[in-house]
Amino acid sequence: MSDFDTEIDTSGLNCPLPVLKARKMLNEMTSAQRLRLICTDSGALKDIPAFCKMTGNPLISSDEIDGKLYFIIEKGA
Amino acid sequence: MAKKLAIIASKGTLDGAYPPFLLASTAAALGFEAKIFFTFYGLQLLKKDLSLKVSPLGNPAMPMPVPVPSIVQIIPGLEAFATWMMQRKLKKKGVASVAELRDICLESDVELIACQMTVDLFDFKNTDFIDGISHGGAATFLEFASEADITLYI
Repeated sequence: MSDFDTEIDTSGLNCPLPVLKARKMLNEMTSAQRLRLICTDSGALKDIPAFCKMTGNPLISSDEIDGKLYFIIEKGA
Repeated sequence: MAKKLAIIASKGTLDGAYPPFLLASTAAALGFEAKIFFTFYGLQLLKKDLSLKVSPLGNPAMPMPVPVPSIVQIIPGLEAFATWMMQRKLKKKGVASVAELRDICLESDVELIACQMTVDLFDFKNTDFIDGISHGGAATFLEFASEADITLYI
């Protein structure tokens, strides 16, 4: 799994909270910093890539480990 | 240029409150400019005191723990029970509250517009509503909607 600078754990939270929390955190980060987002909402599997695509914040990796989703998002320019 | 989302919120029930606030807050997170126009019962969603309810009456699709015939659903307290049950379920499943989503909309500059005609129709006072909203009419909504990428009537 890639390195990251900040982490948010949204375990137990449902749509759209993982996206909204990721947005809030990315706003506070600087370009090229990486966020690790942990989700248990299975909808995030599609929602987070859509969020990344629409906001220009590259999705570096996504992994599923023991029922949890781990996304690494890089803050775009 | 930012994409635009225009929503008309016409429902004032607990379940009806979710789609407008949820979609507008998410749209703002995706970089959209979003506006919600609240008309008729949708104005309840702008009240300081959010006492939204959900009723199984006239709503045969609402999942109930046991089947409740319509004739029984008129019993006083059943609506309060159904609302309590729904709120408990929303919390248990980690779904944001309506107030939380509304706050996120305000923080992320979603414009919340109260339909002036229905405010007057129901004799609502501006002091009944939360701060930070604006007022407008049909032309206000249509002007924005004419440039919107997505327009929804909820």
